[in-house]
Amino acid sequence: MADGLSAPAAAAATAASLDDYAAVVGASELAEIRALAQRLAGRSVKMVNSTSVGGGVAEILNRLVPLLNEAGLPCAWDVITGGDDFFEVTKAFHNALHGAPYDAPPQAFDTFLAYNEKNLRAHSFDSEFVVIHDPQPIGLVKARDSRPAHWVWRCHIDVSNPNRAVWDFLAQFIQHYDAMIISSPSFTRPLPVPQYLFFPSIDPLSQKNQALDPAFVQKTLERFSIDPKRPILTQISRFDRLKDPVGVIKAYKLARKYKDCQLVLAGGGAADDPEGGQVLSEAHAAAGKDPDIHILELPPWSALEINALQQASTIIIQKSLREGFGLTVTEALWKKKPVIAGAVGGIPLQIIHKLTGVLAHSVEGTAYQIRFLLSHPEIAKRLGENGREHVRENFLITTNLKRYLLLFLTLSNA
Amino acid sequence: MRIAKAPFQFMAAAPLIRVTGQRARTLAELLDLVRACPDASIFNHTFQSLQQHHFLTEGFSNDFAQWVLAACNEPRLAERLSSLDIRQYAHLAELRSDLVDVLETYLREVPEAAPRRAFEPFFFCETLTVAVPTSWQAQTLAEFCEALSHVSIHTVHFHFVAARLREPLTVNDFSFWIEESLGLKELADSIDQIDIYTNTLEGVRTRLLVEATPWLTA
Repeated sequence: MADGLSAPAAAAATAASLDDYAAVVGASELAEIRALAQRLAGRSVKMVNSTSVGGGVAEILNRLVPLLNEAGLPCAWDVITGGDDFFEVTKAFHNALHGAPYDAPPQAFDTFLAYNEKNLRAHSFDSEFVVIHDPQPIGLVKARDSRPAHWVWRCHIDVSNPNRAVWDFLAQFIQHYDAMIISSPSFTRPLPVPQYLFFPSIDPLSQKNQALDPAFVQKTLERFSIDPKRPILTQISRFDRLKDPVGVIKAYKLARKYKDCQLVLAGGGAADDPEGGQVLSEAHAAAGKDPDIHILELPPWSALEINALQQASTIIIQKSLREGFGLTVTEALWKKKPVIAGAVGGIPLQIIHKLTGVLAHSVEGTAYQIRFLLSHPEIAKRLGENGREHVRENFLITTNLKRYLLLFLTLSNA
Repeated sequence: MRIAKAPFQFMAAAPLIRVTGQRARTLAELLDLVRACPDASIFNHTFQSLQQHHFLTEGFSNDFAQWVLAACNEPRLAERLSSLDIRQYAHLAELRSDLVDVLETYLREVPEAAPRRAFEPFFFCETLTVAVPTSWQAQTLAEFCEALSHVSIHTVHFHFVAARLREPLTVNDFSFWIEESLGLKELADSIDQIDIYTNTLEGVRTRLLVEATPWLTA
């Protein structure tokens, strides 16, 4: 994707201001954020990534950059440019870092370096703190010179089991950074650079997470022919084998023998993903003619509908077999929902078993936990309440903002 | 109304978590790393994790106990680790020594548990605490209560839980100031008895205010 040099400010224009978060995190938390930012007065930040729209990183930066500015720390956001050949290479790198097999051709590295050099000439780096997001712009660290700037590489992806060739290629750049940020302790790599833990975060005031008018929730259920009077189990995820939608249907069918309930599987459309289409077909086949299984293909602009489905649910399931962090779990916890989830990726950081949700390791285990929580609504309620506080403390955009301020203070005092 | 010899300065304190790269896959490895890890790691997985999970009033004590229960399925050891009360420690070395003692004793009793692979590894992290002054200061108990009702729970944790590790206190900051600067030893002692394991930090704040209120006219 070939974006302009500066990220659009339009998204920020209509977004919530820092003070709007007081209702969620308290005025004292905002006062702390401002006190930390005050210590950084006179300094500035530059964030760099590879896209201004679409994807989790752009979503976070669209909120984080205006909030940093509002806290009193001037922050600019640059987006690098590249042709299709560059983004084909970086997509292959991305999959390889997740552990997918990839025999990197030498020209892939040449293409990567050529575009990084081109972007190096197109951007200036005169901020005291430069944060480079993900592998695409990692080579920009070559711009660091004698000026006393601090360079941070923010790695948003799971690099716990990376393709060796791609990782070794990136490591030669990482060693020139002052710090690396990872999303889970399990993503740590042996490197000579300090690695800091920043959990991914959600925006509690976004369409996906804001409080909704109950009438809209009701209308959404009606639209999808879901009975609001009977328990609703929901898994929100794209139709991907690693999210195990067929396993969720099997668990529902086992639980259904004992407890009346409905199942909603809702996720992004599969039109542009051949495997997604196949998984969707498998899910339909597993569902059979059960009228209480609702398989919903939702377009990308369905944030409010997804929010409504989550809010209407009795239990949220995330039976992933592999997961990055699992922000759908975060969203569900924020909505005080009891969550049953696979113990993979970043999920155990969010689900403390039997305290903020329950972890399951099999279809049978998931089915048992569904029965248990449907039979013990008071326990389900307590899990949901604890889950919301866990998110408030650890996984909100304001916490993310605070962590950046802490890191900048630590780097500047080092 | 008593005027303090020195004002109490409320601090905004926040943790930055650094991943050390050390990981334990078995209880034997956990024991080795608890013996050798930096003090900042012991702090992170005990004092700091209590703050991170301050909203839980039952079932969570420290990261070690939680991992032993959830990833190693060793509830007896988890209970023993949970029972270590961080308020009893003025030095991390003492806490480390007791953690090691609990682990060693258990692995002597159940040696087959030592090499058993955990469901997921334990990753050691360490806390770097950044503290900056807030706009809240107190010269009297009334001002103290007013400020306490406004500061964040991170400030409460910094002054009430983590403080006892800072030389030369060995008690929480609030009790220290109330006794040393206001001369109210009885109040200082009763505040120091507030249980951080059966209260959330918000609950601790409420208890502090309840304890202090009768002394406002002293």
